Amino acid sequence: MQAQYVTHYPLQEKPLFEAGERVRVRNAAPPGHIRTPFYIRGCAGEIERLCGAFPNPEELAQMRDGLPAKPLYRVRFAQKDVWPDYKGSPADVLEIEIFQHWLEKT
Amino acid sequence: MTDRGKYQPLSYFQLMEVTLRELLVEKGLITEEDVRRQVDDMRARTPERGARVVARAWSDTGFRQRLIDNGTKACEEIGLEVAPMRLVVVENSPRVHNVIVCTLCSCYPRPLLGIPPDWYKSRAYRSRMVREPRAVLKEFGLEMKDEIQIRVHDSTADMRYMVLPMRPAGTDGWNEERLASLVNRDSMIGVALPMAPESKDR
Repeated sequence: MQAQYVTHYPLQEKPLFEAGERVRVRNAAPPGHIRTPFYIRGCAGEIERLCGAFPNPEELAQMRDGLPAKPLYRVRFAQKDVWPDYKGSPADVLEIEIFQHWLEKT
Repeated sequence: MTDRGKYQPLSYFQLMEVTLRELLVEKGLITEEDVRRQVDDMRARTPERGARVVARAWSDTGFRQRLIDNGTKACEEIGLEVAPMRLVVVENSPRVHNVIVCTLCSCYPRPLLGIPPDWYKSRAYRSRMVREPRAVLKEFGLEMKDEIQIRVHDSTADMRYMVLPMRPAGTDGWNEERLASLVNRDSMIGVALPMAPESKDR
């Protein structure tokens, strides 16, 4: 899958997921600066696109270089899978950027 | 009523800003002139820049496609330097309405839309837009039919988002400058639609 933005960090992890693939966000709660909001942890959705590879923000927050750069995806979730009592069309979706190390195959 | 002319001691963050700035200048890392110029640059970024991009996309289908493929590169084409921002443009259609939020902080496409409005940074907008987008849109005066899919984009990492609204009917033959005058900031965030052409006829 072609990344929307190609980056050139000296160390980059290989992307493991394809567009359309079903994934689940890890339900973890490590300490530190995390860019995966709590509300989306544990939810299942599908890969919408590969944005590119970017330094890991959890490492950057510790003043390290964030390498190897981590593949960053946009993941699409059905709103009813995020909020069981969601009021609105069942077709409504939420899209959010999630780094590869927060995703696992369903 | 509070007297706005009354002397107030510096707040915690104001004091921190002054202290840090003076230290950086004293150590020769930046100059006062650098700071002033940055403030000028920041003020020069206004939603009119985003409106230019939208008007071009409405007028040129090739540009529209390039904007969706690689927003940052497409902006450069029309002389808008937005890098290092990586722009993702999401397009509205009769079936899909897009809206932008940043639940973790206040990520916003500043090079194109300028400084975000206060409500965009509020806890209420950030927490409710992902949870009940239709109710929030209604509060902005935008009632969406059930047949229209709402796509909420939570910008949590390295991408920044801008909505490409639909071109209003009744604008055939309009040039880009006139089209751009219909594109308000909120329509590029997704909480409003562009202005109606009649609003410009009077």
